[in-house]
Amino acid sequence: MGSREDVGTIRESKRTKIGGATSTLPKAATGIRGLDDITGGGLPLGRPTLVCGTAGCGKTMFALEFLVHGATEFGEPGVFMSFEERTEELAQNAASLGFDLKALERRRKISLDYVRVERAEIEETGEYDLEGLFIRLGHAIDAIGAKRVALDTIESLFAGLSNAAVLRSELRRLFGWLKDKGVTAVITAERGDGQLTRQGLEEYVSDCVILLDHPVIEQISTRRLRIVKYRGSSHGTDEYPFLIDRDGLSVLPITSIGLAHPTSDERVSTGIERLDAMLGGRGYYRGSSILVSGTAGTGKTSIAAHFTQAVCRRGERCLYFAFEESPKQIMRNMRSIGIDLGRWEDGLLRFHAARPTAFGLETHLALMHRLITDFAPSAVVMDPITNLMAAGSESEVARMLLRLLDFLKSLQITSVFTSLTHSESLETSDVGVSSLMDTWLLLRNLEENGERNRGLYVLKSRGMAHSNQIREFTLTDEGVVLRDVYVGLDGVLTGTARLAQEAREREEEIVRRREAARRRTLLERKRRALEAQIAALRATFDAEEEDDRALDSDLGAEATRSEADRRAMMSSRFGDEEAPGPNGGGNSRGRRR
Amino acid sequence: MSKTIGRSSGPPRRTGGESEVWNLRLYVAGQSPKCVAALNNLRALCEEHLPGRYRIEIIDLLEKPQLARTDEVVAIPTVVRKLPPPVKRLIGALGDRQRALVGLEIGGEP
Repeated sequence: MGSREDVGTIRESKRTKIGGATSTLPKAATGIRGLDDITGGGLPLGRPTLVCGTAGCGKTMFALEFLVHGATEFGEPGVFMSFEERTEELAQNAASLGFDLKALERRRKISLDYVRVERAEIEETGEYDLEGLFIRLGHAIDAIGAKRVALDTIESLFAGLSNAAVLRSELRRLFGWLKDKGVTAVITAERGDGQLTRQGLEEYVSDCVILLDHPVIEQISTRRLRIVKYRGSSHGTDEYPFLIDRDGLSVLPITSIGLAHPTSDERVSTGIERLDAMLGGRGYYRGSSILVSGTAGTGKTSIAAHFTQAVCRRGERCLYFAFEESPKQIMRNMRSIGIDLGRWEDGLLRFHAARPTAFGLETHLALMHRLITDFAPSAVVMDPITNLMAAGSESEVARMLLRLLDFLKSLQITSVFTSLTHSESLETSDVGVSSLMDTWLLLRNLEENGERNRGLYVLKSRGMAHSNQIREFTLTDEGVVLRDVYVGLDGVLTGTARLAQEAREREEEIVRRREAARRRTLLERKRRALEAQIAALRATFDAEEEDDRALDSDLGAEATRSEADRRAMMSSRFGDEEAPGPNGGGNSRGRRR
Repeated sequence: MSKTIGRSSGPPRRTGGESEVWNLRLYVAGQSPKCVAALNNLRALCEEHLPGRYRIEIIDLLEKPQLARTDEVVAIPTVVRKLPPPVKRLIGALGDRQRALVGLEIGGEP
């Protein structure tokens, strides 16, 4: 009984301790875009953080931004103690990001100190410690009331001083001392073989360790950031791409966290009326992802350009990532099919052209992320995504797109991706990315009778009734035109074959009509002949009837006459009425009785 | 406060360049054992090799912390040979006599 209770108490106390730590751990915002999202607010307040990485991975920039943002945005002055770069060099580097370190120094927001330790100039003659450094740092902190400290790269001391044992114990003491001072510190260190830092500093700094990486894969470098450790706080554990450009450092907090995107019932036009009709009559869903895939020259860019135009016509912004052609070339080519993208450029439409091989995938992603955040478009076009394969493998591209799509969908941005497929089996070549897409339009060449024609069909379109028919797709001066294909006994016919077939049908129709007309005439004639015959017969019959009637009346007259003759004879001979007349008529018989 | 110890008044034992006065600066942080040892060792060294022509200036960084930066001090104790030029720097309590002599470029003298 007793022991069970004890276990329960321990568990509970442990839980409260952990819970308390996560909820109350105060943080110092870095002001570095994205990083504060990953860390849930910044670096541990009042504690040292170790930032390690290889040469040129951006450690100094990280430390510098941490201090400058602290001084300018969060009211926390900072001391930058550099062991590598002179203060002038540092100020120059900072100026490239638009920070005026010297001005901040004059305003006592930042204190810069370059600690120069040159082994050749120093003779070690016995026991020593680093109290001088402590005093120096302490004085700088107190002078401006600093809340933040950056030590870049303190490991340089190991190159300048030979007694590593002393240095280790002194650094351990330094980190403890910084904690006691209550300053939030960033300590940078070189990446070592088999361990995070060359001198094993991670053993001393145990609160937060951030690893910056700069791998070069197939001649393309990508900057990546990973939080190795963050005691007492939950944090993103992935490797996050980050950028260093004129706006400083930005980390991409894009992760495939979930599928909790908002969804919209609103539809947006594809820019092509017939295509809208194929997609349930109203086009794409807003915020959905559309894949337009096809072999070379099937008109993928044209479909994308139509969409772009439609977006701009609605007065919405569109961001066009061109990975193959220059914006000028795209605009010229699209003008030839009657789409003038130039009139929207630098207004509602922004192009971003980059060779896929210019940077690594992660950097592309980071760049896209930043551009999208800055421009806030309602639609994004990527033409073509397949070129990104040059910067990474298919699975990497798919992963990157997944992250990008999550980001786009969370912002309800409609995205059109074109994809160049090479293989014959079009439907299998895009498998990597197609499952991420809501709508998949497939363009294909239909080869027949020595010519190639374009066909378009909707392979899938989630959440809408869509046409299952292939449409023939032609590029005209007025843009893309979709036509019904001829589906006949001989299969699907397109292009001139369709035209020929239509012509043939028209001809046959004419022939059929003529035949019918001829038959009608024939029948008419027959009818007339028949009628004529009937008329003739009737005439004959009438004539006969007439004859018959004439005969009848003759007979009557004769009977009357013979009766009269008989009566005259009888009266003349006074005979009885026995003697029959020569024609024996009924009239005479009654009278004979 | 910094103190100056030395005997610049003593008569030079050697002629030529060796007649010039050595100006040495010792940076300490309070009265730690290392600092005290450094001062004692430095004094003994100077007495032996530079009798009568050295000056030792002691700077306590606890009192003048700003000098740590201006004089580029990291380790304690630090000895800086201001004169004769060039400037030489030694760190440590000067327990290693040979190294101290090499560092101060006093070596070679009897």
